[in-house]
Amino acid sequence: MNYPTTWKRPHYIVPSASWRIVLYVAALAYLFVGIGSVEVNWLRAYEGLERGARFVQGFLQPDFTSRFTDIKQGIIESLTMTVTSTVAGIILSVPFGMGAARNISPKPIYYFCRGFIAFSRSMQEIIVAIFLVALFGFGAFAGFLTLTYATIGFLGKLLAEEIEEIDPRQLEAISATGGSWFQRFHYAIWPQVMPRLVGLSFYRFDINFRESAVIGIVGAGGIGATLNTAIDRYEYDSAGAVLIIIILIVMACEYTSGWIRKWVS
Amino acid sequence: MDTQMGQLEQEKLWHRRMNKKAWIIWGGWLVTVALSVFCWNIMTENTLWVFVYDAPEQAADLLSRMLPPRWGYIHSLYGALWDTLNIATLGTLLGIIIAFPVAFLAARNTTPSVLFVRPIALFIIVASRSINSLIWALLLVAILGPGILAGILAIALRSIGFVAKLLYEGIEEINPVSVEAVSATGASRLQVMDYAIIPQILPSFLGISLFRWDINIRESTILGLVGAGGIGLQLQHSLNTLAWPQVSLIVVVILGTVIVSEAISAKVRKMII
Repeated sequence: MNYPTTWKRPHYIVPSASWRIVLYVAALAYLFVGIGSVEVNWLRAYEGLERGARFVQGFLQPDFTSRFTDIKQGIIESLTMTVTSTVAGIILSVPFGMGAARNISPKPIYYFCRGFIAFSRSMQEIIVAIFLVALFGFGAFAGFLTLTYATIGFLGKLLAEEIEEIDPRQLEAISATGGSWFQRFHYAIWPQVMPRLVGLSFYRFDINFRESAVIGIVGAGGIGATLNTAIDRYEYDSAGAVLIIIILIVMACEYTSGWIRKWVS
Repeated sequence: MDTQMGQLEQEKLWHRRMNKKAWIIWGGWLVTVALSVFCWNIMTENTLWVFVYDAPEQAADLLSRMLPPRWGYIHSLYGALWDTLNIATLGTLLGIIIAFPVAFLAARNTTPSVLFVRPIALFIIVASRSINSLIWALLLVAILGPGILAGILAIALRSIGFVAKLLYEGIEEINPVSVEAVSATGASRLQVMDYAIIPQILPSFLGISLFRWDINIRESTILGLVGAGGIGLQLQHSLNTLAWPQVSLIVVVILGTVIVSEAISAKVRKMII
């Protein structure tokens, strides 16, 4: 009996050696072709290094004062847009979420709500913002509508999944007492999904603030517009100030929402 | 008399909530409503309602301009689509190559120094995560000039934080038993990593990377709006020339790309995990 004297570690992901070679060759070929097709103007990139250094300097020595009114206006717009769109989005996502839950809604409503949610989720905020700016004019109102629309898709989907996973016994118990549809929802479903909905809402608040910084680039108001103007004017120190404010607010939102989620659940 | 007693007792027993909690919840609602109304008022201060009332007409007008999409235009989109795919894939690759060590520096159980190195790694993660890739692209286009390179770097910079955060949380949750077993054999620090830690996190690492690739495809389709190459660049041109039939075709193509990439990444992730 001869036992093996050495141990060869098995490969984790792709056990078959020939498939591994095929995958490696394919990956290498793609890298070769892909990197080859990237056209880079190295001269321009080299010239950009000096600007990059200026930007880093602007980030390290941000200038909050000289564009203070613009920055303040942008922040206020972004924050108010975030609050109103999150609240409106939550209010609207509850009926959509209920409609998209297989266990409590009739088939036609289920398909309609699922379709709406799928459509809302597959369109990026910024493309929606382009169209809404074209329809409603420049400014925070178009941004508000964009974020509300995106929030409905996000919360609606997660709420629907949450409702589909509830404990059916409580629902049965309330129906057994003769509870009406509304009473069943209020006493059996709502208490089970509410903590999660609160947590998700704060999470979405966080996302909405981040997105509000982006959709300003296409004219939907908020801090993104301020940032865009600052970069267009080559005022990197003001841009650095805006970025630092965005990072700080995002961090504050994240910590608060994490804390509240822990408190709720 | 009996029934009255029963009712009294019942009232005492059955409150939906404790009193203090009820007050907190009521106060929470009050604050939320007041804050929303307040924010609504500030936000709509500068809104021109004429445009808003006008919107249904505008929508009908826009739709009539957009439909039908100009299908023939698709032949000039292939190059842009290839660029978009490259931006997303190469950007993801670059991002995960940087994120991998950052995650090890940020995880409490693998970092060389909790006091000095970990905060730096966490700061890198937070800074990368809180800035959207479109903003990264905006900066990089200003610095490097328009082109695919700015797009790739923007995607990479945004991916670092996402991948590193999920990965370091995965590293912190590994099973310490196998780490102990390998170090008991006298393995060096790197060998422990190679034989005990990496095998545990590799599937989730690949899963996270694929997930991020899928998000990156979605994001790289719009990076062109600020000049960072890809199909977004065509979108920007079409928008600037008000060529709405081309815009609607591009939106359809973007939707298709996003759906296909989502399906691919979901399928491969299922195969790995």
